[in-house]
Amino acid sequence: MTPDMVPANYLPIVIFMVVAAGFGIVSIAAGYLVRPSNPYKAKLAPYESGAPVFHDARTNIPMRYYIIAMLFVIFDIETVFIFPWAVIFNQLGLFGLIEMLLFIVILLVGYFYAWKKEALEWD
Amino acid sequence: MTIVSTADLLAILPELLVMAGGCLVLVLDPLTAKDRKDWLAYFSLAVLGAAFVVGYWFMGALTGSPRPAFSGLYVLDAYGAFWKLLLILVSGLVILLAKAHLKLEEIDLPEFYAFILLSLSGMMVMVSGTDLLVIYLGLELMSLSLYVMAGFKRYAPRSLEAAAKYFILGSFSSGILLYGISLLFGRTGSTTLAGIRDGIAGLPPGDPILLMAMGLLVVGFGFKVAAVPFHMWTPDVYEGSPTSVTAYMAVASKAASFAAFLRVFLEALGGIKESWRMLLVAVCIATMVLGNVVAIVQTNIKRMLAYSSIAHAGYALIGLVVADAAGTASVMLYLAIYAFMNLGAFAVVTMLRRGGLEGDEIDDFTGLARRNKWAALVMLLFMFSLAGIPPTAGFIAKFYIFMAAVGANMTGLAVIAVVFAAISAYFYLRVVMVMYMKEPGETAGTPGYDVRVVASPAAIAVLLVAALGVLILGVFPDPLIQAAQSAILPLK
Repeated sequence: MTPDMVPANYLPIVIFMVVAAGFGIVSIAAGYLVRPSNPYKAKLAPYESGAPVFHDARTNIPMRYYIIAMLFVIFDIETVFIFPWAVIFNQLGLFGLIEMLLFIVILLVGYFYAWKKEALEWD
Repeated sequence: MTIVSTADLLAILPELLVMAGGCLVLVLDPLTAKDRKDWLAYFSLAVLGAAFVVGYWFMGALTGSPRPAFSGLYVLDAYGAFWKLLLILVSGLVILLAKAHLKLEEIDLPEFYAFILLSLSGMMVMVSGTDLLVIYLGLELMSLSLYVMAGFKRYAPRSLEAAAKYFILGSFSSGILLYGISLLFGRTGSTTLAGIRDGIAGLPPGDPILLMAMGLLVVGFGFKVAAVPFHMWTPDVYEGSPTSVTAYMAVASKAASFAAFLRVFLEALGGIKESWRMLLVAVCIATMVLGNVVAIVQTNIKRMLAYSSIAHAGYALIGLVVADAAGTASVMLYLAIYAFMNLGAFAVVTMLRRGGLEGDEIDDFTGLARRNKWAALVMLLFMFSLAGIPPTAGFIAKFYIFMAAVGANMTGLAVIAVVFAAISAYFYLRVVMVMYMKEPGETAGTPGYDVRVVASPAAIAVLLVAALGVLILGVFPDPLIQAAQSAILPLK
């Protein structure tokens, strides 16, 4: 075992975890012991100063939203890859350009498919 | 900056062909007229044909040592080529089978062929990757396509349930596999199989984190090959999915997972062979016992075949437990033969229709010999082969597995396997019994009970290939045995 892999080196992390958990437990316990308890109806409402709840929030949402959300995720990921690529583009050179072109072509296949299957039509 | 060389790209030529083919099917689908969608199936078959030719040429050209590619992340070797050829062949047969079957189920969408090609390219990456992350990448590409294919029968709640179950459990098991990979990386400082092997050599024996990583890898791969106790998803998913997808999962996904399982455990974890052997012997026995015993009480043929596929995973695991040259060759032989007999059995199931539904109850086979003697005859052949009765190929497959166990002084394991193979004959032969010894309509089925056999040319072609495969490999297994023996992993 190399010296940097001895479990003792993880001791600061354990102490940190104990302190973090302890901070939460102590503050909640202290608040519970110290605060006055005076519940009444308005105070127990989900939104103490807001409008009363009139409807369950879990309803059906049109399918289109999911399709748009899925397409959004795909092209969002594209950006996630393009940014770091652009940063080191000078070092990658032609190889990097071809790689990124391939990646975008593959995404375009999906885009073309979604477009032709009318996933982008709202009505 | 490392530049990918032409040799690297040449090494993944079959994979590139299949992957590009899958993308092209997606692009061509909206551009093809409605009545010409069949062309996309033929196009997919042509892509597979091209990949097969390239793969075959590679296997022939690979008489020497394995050629690493992509700086040791990938390898072009006879072992990978053997599995690739098998997987391409199976995918081609499934596409043929699906062409007829999807029309019957009214889910005739060309995306199916795209998914088959994409998941095949994942499997091909899996069997040739020599880096755990590359193998993981291939495994995910395979699984993601299979999750979608499991839910292909969109109007059937059963199929959607199968897809959801498979997706949730499958991604959970992928997470466990990834956890094992990360622990291995933490302990050995490498994700390549060779790097892990070297790293393990420098560790003290019985290192707890290493053992934990090994256990997690067993869970991850055990899930994919449906070994007990990670088999829970199998019956539900196999029953709910469209039958052509079930056939694909039971044959191709299992073969590819076994290929990666063997490569990872023999090449990377060969140094701690004694530790995983103990664990896998237990898994192997449990898989054979549970698969064979629970299959007896099934009334649905797809569920029965699901449990039978669990049991067959148990037999194939013996080859991994043995962990020598004979063991590896016997697993390759076993899964190649299993592909023919299982595909054939599922192909017969796709042809039985009860009203607008699929005749997937064992009762639907009642008196099949009177309705259609050819369908009954090939089903009889596949059932005999699955039970391991000579002269079918199933016998040869089991024979070599058991011989490998005996050769490695694991006679006890071989005896247990033989006992459970005998038990399995009961439920395979029960199908034969209802087909031949009962009259049609003899069972108390549902009203309007009318089973017909719908035989399309494509399905007949699949049955013919599968039946000939089972018979020819049963009588002349030598070419396949030699191919498997010349393609085993170089053991270190």
